[in-house]
Amino acid sequence: MSLAYYPGCTLKTKAKNLEEPAIASMEVLGFKLEEITRWNCCGAVHSLADDDLIHQVAPVRNLIRTTEQGKNKLVTLCSFCFNTLKRANLLMKADTEKRNTINSFMDDEIDYSGEVKVIHLLEVLRDEIGWEALAQKVKLPLRDLKVAPYYGCMLLRPREVAMDSVENPGILRKLVETVGATSVDFPESTRCCGSYQIISDPGVISAYAWNILSSALSYGAEALVLTCPLCAYDLGQGQEELVKKRAEFKGMPIFYFTQLLALALGLDHQVCHFELNYGNPESLLREKNLLP
Amino acid sequence: MSVKAKKRKGPTTTKVKEERKVPEVKLIPVYIMGKRYEVPEGLTLMKAMEYAGYRFIRGCGCRGGTCGACGTVYRKPGDYKLQVALACQKTVEPDMYVTQIPFFPANRAQYEFAELTSAPEEVFKLYPELFRCVACNACTKACPQGIQVMDAISALKQGNIAEASRISFECIQCGLCTSRCFGELAQYHMFQLARRIYGARILPRAEHLAEMVKAINEGKYDDILNELKRVKKDELEKLYREREEEPVTAGEDWKPRDTTYL
Amino acid sequence: MSVTISSKRRGTEFVKKVKELSGENLHLCYQCGMCSGVCPAASNMDLSPRQVIELARLGMQNEIVKSKTVWICASCLACTVNCPRGFDLSRLMEAIRLLTLRRNVDHVKPEQIPPEERDDIPQIAMVSGLRKFTG
Repeated sequence: MSLAYYPGCTLKTKAKNLEEPAIASMEVLGFKLEEITRWNCCGAVHSLADDDLIHQVAPVRNLIRTTEQGKNKLVTLCSFCFNTLKRANLLMKADTEKRNTINSFMDDEIDYSGEVKVIHLLEVLRDEIGWEALAQKVKLPLRDLKVAPYYGCMLLRPREVAMDSVENPGILRKLVETVGATSVDFPESTRCCGSYQIISDPGVISAYAWNILSSALSYGAEALVLTCPLCAYDLGQGQEELVKKRAEFKGMPIFYFTQLLALALGLDHQVCHFELNYGNPESLLREKNLLP
Repeated sequence: MSVKAKKRKGPTTTKVKEERKVPEVKLIPVYIMGKRYEVPEGLTLMKAMEYAGYRFIRGCGCRGGTCGACGTVYRKPGDYKLQVALACQKTVEPDMYVTQIPFFPANRAQYEFAELTSAPEEVFKLYPELFRCVACNACTKACPQGIQVMDAISALKQGNIAEASRISFECIQCGLCTSRCFGELAQYHMFQLARRIYGARILPRAEHLAEMVKAINEGKYDDILNELKRVKKDELEKLYREREEEPVTAGEDWKPRDTTYL
Repeated sequence: MSVTISSKRRGTEFVKKVKELSGENLHLCYQCGMCSGVCPAASNMDLSPRQVIELARLGMQNEIVKSKTVWICASCLACTVNCPRGFDLSRLMEAIRLLTLRRNVDHVKPEQIPPEERDDIPQIAMVSGLRKFTG
């Protein structure tokens, strides 16, 4: 089965380790992630001002591409893209006045009124494949691996785009358990990593990161699993410094959920591009006999 | 366009003396920088402006649609849409409101090309404002070359230098995209960087060319060239006339009669 | 922190503009402080999220504009989903940022981000950051 797929810019460069294992895994599961053509950057963040419609144009254009290509469902992998596309879609569906303004501004495109359903790959796994069916396909259960699900912000907030319970999400926990690893819940799993503050105040990001990493550590996690390339960066890039500064910290590998999935499905680990990860995941995986 | 019309200098010469018997030329109204002129129909915008009395020392280059110096914007009455053209290519139409934008200030990064790699980050480092694009598509609408400018910017954001280079290949650097950009990007400079990186670092080297240069340096053709040098003029002309040419329709497998040097 | 409130200092135009841009009813807030409690960045802020709402509805433009708070907010929406009154503070923060950005005053200049960081930072950080910090 073919699914229209929106990658997002970062997945084509720094986060190939999120995209490639996703495409390979879905193929094993009988789905072809088909990249829509002529997509543009979604804008990453939803504009929150009432009169600022120009920043809605970028995500809407991608939704138009999707309908143009005969699809009414769009799968995303990156949390930011998921959030921004879904919020823009809701706006086009619900707000007639803004919809008309945006449509008439985009006089080079067909009119759009929210026909596309924007979903995240995690939802495909949960709702279309199902955890039990997925479990059947697991060839290499990730035994002994203690992974803390980190949701960040964009999968769960605001409420109208949340893919799971805002207060007590479980979708990543289910995935971790399905692939045979141990899920470690920790209270900071939905706490913001600092997001785009990295371009304004990089110093503050390492404090946020330590908050999250140390909390996961104290609950017994050996690694984090997440969906967002910006979370991966904010939580990963400062780890070398943290290791130097804090004797008790030896670094914490950060996985994309698609990497754990691909590994468990028995795919060649090359497809996971672990060399792009922060926190040296390969040595942890070798320790657990999950990598040759 | 009539030759007579071409020779006229400025609007005052429209009062043509009867004895010169200039053929009837239909004049049409056009507004250049907001001022009304009447110019002969059929002229290009550039000729029309010259007819109206403008002299171009800038904003005019090749007059052949390839140099990008005469970027022009105009509007037609009752149409909200801004149109773009190259003044040397577009024929004047009645009631056009026209102005040239021969230059538009644009951030142009300084770099030492020898130090650049093929990594997408080279563009991110030199032009971080790339990420201010909002996908409004004003750039594409402003391109007189019909380039999908926004798609090329998208490709750069996605780190696809080769694709940006391919899409922007026909860019003539007129800068009209930049003049219309909401995010204040200098698309045309970014594309030039992309094409440079593509040409020097991504496009595979032409190996057959290197082989040929090597063969020449090693003297493979010395004998035949020296032989030609000794030939008298008449003989040389005869050789030239009788040379074997590759037919225009020749396929990949075409070979000359004499295959000594293949 | 003490702020002198008087009818003279009250920027009614500011209150109007902020309401317009955010589309939020500032009077929904009953100052419970939930937003400040759940904000992961509150400890770095000079005005707490709760104080921003209070000062905004009083029209205390100067206090708000000179504060760093709206620039420290990362639009994580923790306040949004936790407000017992359904007030979306993230939209107020955005409105206040825009009042500055729309005067052509940028909070971040892309060319001043060190080149080695531009090399390393993923595209989404640049896109989102420049959307929030430049006009």
